[in-house]
Amino acid sequence: MMRYSALSLLGNAFSKNKNWKPAWRNPDPKPHYDVIIIGGGGHGLATAYYLSKVFGVRNVAVLEKGYLGSGNIGRNTTIIRSNYLLQGNNPFYEFSMKLWEGLEQDFNFNAMVSQRGVINLFHSDAQRDAYTRRGNAMRLHGVDADLLGRDQLREKLPFLDYENARFPIMGGLMQKRGGTVRHDAVAWGFARGADQHGVDIIQNCEVTAIDREGDQVTGVQTTRGAIKCNKIGMAVAGNSSHVAGMVDMRLPIESHALQAFVSEGLKPFIDTVVTFGAGHFYVSQSDKGGLVFGGDIEGYNSYAQRGNLACVEHVAEAGMAMIPALSRVRILRSWGGIMDMSMDGTPIMDRTHLGNLYFNGGWCYGGFKATPASGYCFAHLLAKDEPHETATEFRMDRFARGYLLDEKGVGAQANLH
Amino acid sequence: MTSFRIEGGTLIDRNDVRSFTFNGTKLSGFAGDTVASALLANGKQVVGRSFKYHRPRGILSAGAAEPNALLTIGRDGRRDPNTRATIAELFDGLEARSQNCWPNVDFDVGAVNGLLGPFLGAGFYYKTFMWPAAFWEKVYEPIIRKAAGLGRAGYDPDPAYYEKCWAHCDVLVIGAGPSGLAAALTAGRSGARVIIADEGGQLGGGILAEGGMIGDKPADATLADIVGELHALPNVEIKTRTTIFGAYDDQVFGAVERVQKHLPESAINPDRAMERLWRIVAKHTILATGAEERPIVFGGNDRPGVMMAGAMRTYLNAFGVAPGKRVALFANNNQAYQTAIDLEARGIEVAAIIDPRTCPNTRYQGKARHIAGAMVRDTDGRKGIKSITVRHDDGRDEVINVDALAVSGGYSPIVHLACHRGAKPVWSDQHAGFMPPETSDGMTPAGAVAGNVGIASCFDAGAKAAVAALDALGFSAQPANLLGSDKSDDIRQDIVALWSVPSSMGKAFVDYQNDVTAGDINLAMREGYDHVELAKRYTTNGMATDQGKTSNVNAIGILAENKGVSPGEIGTTTFRPFYTPVSFGALVGASKGFEFQPVRKSPLHGWAVRNGAKFVETGLWYRSSWFPKDGETFWRDSVDREVLNVRSNVGICDVSTLGKIEIFGADAAEFLNRVYCNAFLKLPVGKARYGIMLREDGLVYDDGTTSCLAENHYFMTTTTALAAGVLTHLEFCAQVLWPDLDVRMASATDQWAQMAIAGPKTRDVLSQIIDDDISNEAFPFLAAREVSMFGGRLKGRLFRISFSGELAFEIAVPAGYGESVADAIMAAGKEHGIAPYGTEALGVMRIEKGHVTHAEINGTVTPADLGMGRMVSVKKDDFIGQVMNLREGLVDPSRPALVGIKPKSPSDKFATGSHILNVGDEVSLENDQGYVTSMCHSPNLGHAIGLALVKGGPERYGEEVVIWNGLAGSAVAGIICNPAFVDPENEKLHA
Amino acid sequence: MSSLVKCPHCGLRPREEFAIRGEVATPRPKAGADESAWFDHVYLRDNPRGEHREYWHHAGGCRRWLVLSRNTVTHDISDVVDASTLKVGGDA
Repeated sequence: MMRYSALSLLGNAFSKNKNWKPAWRNPDPKPHYDVIIIGGGGHGLATAYYLSKVFGVRNVAVLEKGYLGSGNIGRNTTIIRSNYLLQGNNPFYEFSMKLWEGLEQDFNFNAMVSQRGVINLFHSDAQRDAYTRRGNAMRLHGVDADLLGRDQLREKLPFLDYENARFPIMGGLMQKRGGTVRHDAVAWGFARGADQHGVDIIQNCEVTAIDREGDQVTGVQTTRGAIKCNKIGMAVAGNSSHVAGMVDMRLPIESHALQAFVSEGLKPFIDTVVTFGAGHFYVSQSDKGGLVFGGDIEGYNSYAQRGNLACVEHVAEAGMAMIPALSRVRILRSWGGIMDMSMDGTPIMDRTHLGNLYFNGGWCYGGFKATPASGYCFAHLLAKDEPHETATEFRMDRFARGYLLDEKGVGAQANLH
Repeated sequence: MTSFRIEGGTLIDRNDVRSFTFNGTKLSGFAGDTVASALLANGKQVVGRSFKYHRPRGILSAGAAEPNALLTIGRDGRRDPNTRATIAELFDGLEARSQNCWPNVDFDVGAVNGLLGPFLGAGFYYKTFMWPAAFWEKVYEPIIRKAAGLGRAGYDPDPAYYEKCWAHCDVLVIGAGPSGLAAALTAGRSGARVIIADEGGQLGGGILAEGGMIGDKPADATLADIVGELHALPNVEIKTRTTIFGAYDDQVFGAVERVQKHLPESAINPDRAMERLWRIVAKHTILATGAEERPIVFGGNDRPGVMMAGAMRTYLNAFGVAPGKRVALFANNNQAYQTAIDLEARGIEVAAIIDPRTCPNTRYQGKARHIAGAMVRDTDGRKGIKSITVRHDDGRDEVINVDALAVSGGYSPIVHLACHRGAKPVWSDQHAGFMPPETSDGMTPAGAVAGNVGIASCFDAGAKAAVAALDALGFSAQPANLLGSDKSDDIRQDIVALWSVPSSMGKAFVDYQNDVTAGDINLAMREGYDHVELAKRYTTNGMATDQGKTSNVNAIGILAENKGVSPGEIGTTTFRPFYTPVSFGALVGASKGFEFQPVRKSPLHGWAVRNGAKFVETGLWYRSSWFPKDGETFWRDSVDREVLNVRSNVGICDVSTLGKIEIFGADAAEFLNRVYCNAFLKLPVGKARYGIMLREDGLVYDDGTTSCLAENHYFMTTTTALAAGVLTHLEFCAQVLWPDLDVRMASATDQWAQMAIAGPKTRDVLSQIIDDDISNEAFPFLAAREVSMFGGRLKGRLFRISFSGELAFEIAVPAGYGESVADAIMAAGKEHGIAPYGTEALGVMRIEKGHVTHAEINGTVTPADLGMGRMVSVKKDDFIGQVMNLREGLVDPSRPALVGIKPKSPSDKFATGSHILNVGDEVSLENDQGYVTSMCHSPNLGHAIGLALVKGGPERYGEEVVIWNGLAGSAVAGIICNPAFVDPENEKLHA
Repeated sequence: MSSLVKCPHCGLRPREEFAIRGEVATPRPKAGADESAWFDHVYLRDNPRGEHREYWHHAGGCRRWLVLSRNTVTHDISDVVDASTLKVGGDA
């Protein structure tokens, strides 16, 4: 397998780039694997990568119904951050941030991790108090957090509406280490790394049934035939209920569509990630110049990767309320992903009622930033049959037992999280 | 004028000269020109630079697909970056500038990137910039980010006005070319409500580029007849300069109308919209969007002077602009030959027609040399094309000198709107293109988008599609015959697909704007990115501002050829809104700036203004937060005074924003008993009760008081924040959970002005305006009933409730009387020292009393956490949240519970949002004991006080802890205490 | 069909007028039901790809709660009824 280096670049430049090798193999499925990961998106590929690289489990297949990275890893707003409030969440997302920070060297692929900072604006005393509580929770865990006043914001973000805003900006909570990552490259980097460690990434291979014997799973039926295995890990966020339905599991999850957008390419306009506090809007500028932004979910259950016009308008309205200069910026494209919206807004990573079937899902619209840690922790769970120390509270039974991880405090209504 | 403007031009008015500037140079054109046609007429061949290699680029197209000619038009707040010169209509005084070049478009330093080409292949950035490790963030990435983007957006505010509308119709016709016009006329004549929309400034589409005859009449006369009749039909709405940008569920289409974008600043009416967003609801849609001509991928195909054949014809016939003096045509289909015919008709030399097909086009009878079985493999010329290199079928190369090259690789139906809802287009070998999907939801493609070729064929298809649609809608219609004769111009395309010229020299571009070459697509394939979506994402092909209108199908063709499969097997990437980019301004409409959201004002707002209130946004409301008096410069001076005045005299506070719900019905008591966790079944008439409402998950949702005003009539108050939420919740309970209960409810929040009058002298004040006896005996704590006021002139509702902890009443009067009543209370209270108090003072007093608000009721607490566990009924059969409230995690003794907190040293301060740590514990999340939910300065106690949710709760009264605020770098010694800081025995309340 | 909804009381109205709660879960358990029935009702969802019954509230119109039968893949609405007529919420 080919390692990317200054030398390989130089050599290939002189050979007109004719000698680059495939980034991954395109194998046929073997009859049996130690572990099958269902879902070749970011989380599934990351799981396979860490399983093979860190935990030494190499007889692994990732089964992807479409092309690798065809799920939400390729349709999000590319934001990474670890600005979480609750004890069950904060260490996990910080673990993820640390993995992001070393990822490029780790998998020898430049995913363009850009720690340009994430700023959450607040517009009222109550919001400031909530962000103070959050920022202090971060600081307690050693995560960087700063509370910025209006003047500091003006310096960093001169284009916000300070003069005529309906909801005047009071300040912001900043995480300097937050930022963005080139989303597709994350999938490719993990895929290439997993492949190098022997993982079979099998595309165009849709799982149609999960085979069971008693309280164990034995393999899967796919559009490319039956495959046996010792363990199955599900990483199909967006479609979790559908796949779980194959083994008669009902989940505390609803699937919802979330739109995201990109503007035409602009010269440098906005230097950090900024989120609005008086409406649903978050924005950053890609390395190519497009403003990448999003808002709220559509509100109704959907498996169609598209949204509606009303939501587009709401997002644009919130955007311009925050940055009036957007008026003449044109929006180029919208896209839609399907979110596993869990009933407390927090993911689930746990064993299931079937002894060797493991579940990873419910990421709501926070799955992208979690990709490396989700992979690492799910690999830990699959390899050692016990949760990683930062993912002990993502349990399936927390709903029944009342140990909820509800960052927003809105309760058991999926579309409010 | 330069020599590029020749006679003719159906769209321009030579009597109306328009001057404009391009990169500061003064130029002129005519009314009817686009910026592109005017630039071409002025001999401006290089108009922009490409994204990666900064190659000089000219005008490729004459429409929405333009990948190269992106200009910044206008300045300051009216600056439009990335505007396609091919769409922008010329107006007097227009200022256009090239983008992505420095110092200028003719000499661009960034072109040095071209020399680095071998290193900058597809996806190069994923393989590099990683050494040394620290350099990516510090060195490489900032450079890349600086190079990002095309045009520059300004930070100036946009002075223009925007608006949004709905429109409804029976038939929506998208596109006003021949098929669209025929469909609209057919539908219009039937009496159906018709909307026909076209992105151009004039109806006509492809007809506008026709120089010759349509049937027996000149093309422009035919068009004038059709347009005239459409304008005369009252049931037909014509929307020009209107782009349908997205197809959404239920035949709802998003459209943007560029109402005044084509006008000079001096002619813009500031009261009219600059752009208007339309949401068009159609019963049936005729998709008459036409087809996009495709380039061919060959070496040097991006050199200025290389132009789409159809675009060249448009510039010639519609704008009277010659592309050059000696032109060649490179085409693989018959329709493109019309360009050669028209060029020759205007006396422009066609040096050669290079056609990769071996069978010559028998319809072409012109003078040009016809080279069959040949391809263009290279072009030459520094800033513009000087020659082409042709590879003959025998392998021989020939250089032909030309100053323009027309290219046509076939036609891609513009299927976007048929695919926005997820349907996939269908590959057709016959048309060498992806055709619209079979859709069943009321959309019929007609004309070039469906593969029709030629005006007559499109007329026919449009009319027939409309008849079928109208029939299904119940209109009787006859197909409009627009040709005037039966003569058909049925053209056979005989297209033979050609994606990429195999013998290409140098860079052969697929995506012009993003500088993606055929080599890049091949590299992506070699590296395993061979799925069409992966190839797109790896190379960025099709991700430029034209969204691949000219590049996607060629990329698919190249992938298919390399894999040896049909393009249909490769498939397309996903079609998504927006068809062409849409401004934020248009999508936002009037909801901007201060008008982003409406303002709600209390019925007492005017009273508060007159009393000097400072206001604070609370949701949509403006609430009076404090009332500064002369000499008070710091907010807390006012707040402290207001608090002390209430505690010693009397104050008045506007509480109108609290949610108010009237509840009626024989089962109203039973209903309340089920929605509150505490008992309500036996609340007597004339009494109020504090209630806690849980969610079904057992956590606290909201609190408030509900009063029984009469048998089967209750009046509920909610918090300001959840007024709407609680009503919705109650409606859910009544309509969905218990539809058999006889209960009805309505919001009365805006119907009542409500004010709290609090303080030991309250009764002295209120007894002056309330006729009823309000002594403690006659009107004890929690009494609630209607009272007579002002000697019987007004009825109000009086409630003996208190948030401040003082002797207090709340009086509600019909909203229109609010200000008068407040004034009367102020007058009556003058001698008792009455003063208005705002939400800040209210907040201080409730913290002093340990009363909770949504700072504590944060969606994660139980009644027990708030010290109100005993309120939860253990007797009731059923109430919302009853069972889930008992879950293990919700009764866990380690849950944080409400306490008071104060600094050990009275001079110390602390902030809400601080966390609590045990003394001596290491600072860590594991050691977190809880957090401060509210704090204030208590003027009664003279130091800071707060409420907190802390593990162990009331068991820890008296314990010293650390109030830790890492954000502020502070750690203060604090004492946990009873949250009732003032009057814990409630003596004042019952006075 | 998730741009326009045919309210049985108000006719065809835009999606913006509605608030959406989510799936029509198992009926609300009767008094005395055990915790697992409640857990199922409050938290578990079928969340199917395809036909789905869900609560929409005509907040900007008649303020009635409706039950939509809607396809989660095509978004086509096959039925809209006033929720009170279905007694889907349980009868505790």
